[in-house]
Amino acid sequence: MELSRLPGFLLRRGVKAVAVVLAIVVCNFLLIHAAPGDPASVIAGQSGAADERFLAQLREQFGLDKPFHVQLWIYLKGVLTLDLGFSHRQQQPVWKLISERLPATLLLTGAAFAFAVTAGITLGTLAARRVGRWADSIITILALTFYATPLFWVGLMLVLFFSVWLEWLPSFGMASVGVELSGLEAVLDVGKHLILPAATLGLFYLAVYARLTRATMLEVADQDFVKTARAKGVPEGQVVRRHVLRNALLPVITFAGIQAGQLIGGSILVETVFAWPGIGRLAFDALLARDYAVLLGVFFCTSVMVVLFNLVTDLLYAVVDPRVEVEG
Amino acid sequence: MSDFWRRYRRNRGAVVGLVILALVFALAGLAPLLFPGSPWDMATAPFVPPGEEGMLLGSDSLGRDVAAGIAHGARISLMVGAVSTVAALSIGVTLGAFAGYLGGVADDAVMRFTEFFQTIPSFVFAILLVAIFTPTISSVVFAIAVVSWPPVARVVRAEFLSLRNREFVQAAEVLGKSRISIVLTDILPNALSPIVVLSSLMVASAILLESALSFLGLGDPNLMTWGFLIGAGRSVIRLAWWMSVFPGIAIFLTVLALNLVGEGLSDALNPRLARQRGGAA
Repeated sequence: MELSRLPGFLLRRGVKAVAVVLAIVVCNFLLIHAAPGDPASVIAGQSGAADERFLAQLREQFGLDKPFHVQLWIYLKGVLTLDLGFSHRQQQPVWKLISERLPATLLLTGAAFAFAVTAGITLGTLAARRVGRWADSIITILALTFYATPLFWVGLMLVLFFSVWLEWLPSFGMASVGVELSGLEAVLDVGKHLILPAATLGLFYLAVYARLTRATMLEVADQDFVKTARAKGVPEGQVVRRHVLRNALLPVITFAGIQAGQLIGGSILVETVFAWPGIGRLAFDALLARDYAVLLGVFFCTSVMVVLFNLVTDLLYAVVDPRVEVEG
Repeated sequence: MSDFWRRYRRNRGAVVGLVILALVFALAGLAPLLFPGSPWDMATAPFVPPGEEGMLLGSDSLGRDVAAGIAHGARISLMVGAVSTVAALSIGVTLGAFAGYLGGVADDAVMRFTEFFQTIPSFVFAILLVAIFTPTISSVVFAIAVVSWPPVARVVRAEFLSLRNREFVQAAEVLGKSRISIVLTDILPNALSPIVVLSSLMVASAILLESALSFLGLGDPNLMTWGFLIGAGRSVIRLAWWMSVFPGIAIFLTVLALNLVGEGLSDALNPRLARQRGGAA
């Protein structure tokens, strides 16, 4: 894409992203009102009838005696200033709870994504170059298996195998309990705890990306510009890397953007299985305590993360593919 | 029909899938005969390993029969899968047909709406829905339907867009047929095959989604489900591996079977595509 057109493109995408975020806030607001019972008791998380004063305070804060649209406006203003409410259970603002947990989730999803993309593209490339051989069969079996296996069960089986039977890797938490580590040792410790959760979350996407890479590489390999490159005498490795693979990456990028939401949803399950201290685990604890303020906050934050990630993939796509028409 | 079956049969995986699926249905149907009484009742001592004391797949922390739980859970999984797929299909087909047939502003509006639902993290949204409307079998079905319709709407819209300007539709318009009857009797039957293929995959993902929700403790508290069994086995996995291994295998086999059947249906309904794929692979 011509660089001069980039700002306009980004602006349009930005406007769209803002619209989606606003729609999510409205969605949250409607959910609070659609829930059985008084919105104030929903926010308070059914913390018991004893706390009438707190409920009254919430009713006033949300303007529950005012008309509907005024209530929406108050709620919208609150969320947009990052006031996601107060968790009565944990006696802390929701935003604080979430922002404390965010780095762990970003580390987990980032590691899983990096693992899935690199291993997936490598495996897919191998399979496409040797159609019908072992790499090819492996990705078909991997894909069929991981399309059909519940993520949380994969996690449990990895725990059973690598932690309980082989005792190679820790099965829960983000760092060893009761030992003071510093510097490189602390990093390695977290890394060791990261392997199983990241593998669990990444395996499904690995299969997806491998299949996608294989399919598009086979498609691209037939096209004229590849034949031309070969006819020119470009070495085979270079043809694969520079002509075929680069073009085959485009659908992988698109797909990664589409699946960002799924990845974050999956992290809730994985964090639950491995007691990983991220926002997924926070959501699970909130679920047990019926702490709706936290749940609504988690939904809002994960949605915003997806929207941001989509913006990045759009941009990446525009940079990688010179042909892309930037509309809407 | 025999032609359809001949093409379906050519995909060996799809036949295997159909056999597995038939077995799961049989298990679900025969559950009350094979394991009479409630799967919640204590049957033996806690943590009996598989194969001992008449417990084929072992017992759980309260001495309940894991095999009985799996058999009774099959009924719930299949039921939730089917009902939520029907619900998601009705939302998706209606919106997709509306957008694809009318086009213009209606199309734009529906597609924005669909995109919104595809952007938000659907699993988080489903959790939120079930939690807020309290976990019951109907709120679970509702939540699954609400997050699974967008692909249907997209597929149906695309089919309708390409079909609505075809000659047989124009002919029906010239004959003065009403829009509703054109949509229902002329276009929809021609758009059925992708919908059929998609729905078998949707049942599969609905079963996965239900198991994930009940794993998190969001299942109907009165119903025994596969996800609940795995969730109950999570904290005692060092003590009783069988509690989480076997229900997981049940989910895996059922979902795999549905995916294989979906591929077979796709081959049988789009013979041209199947041959192309056979050629490339």
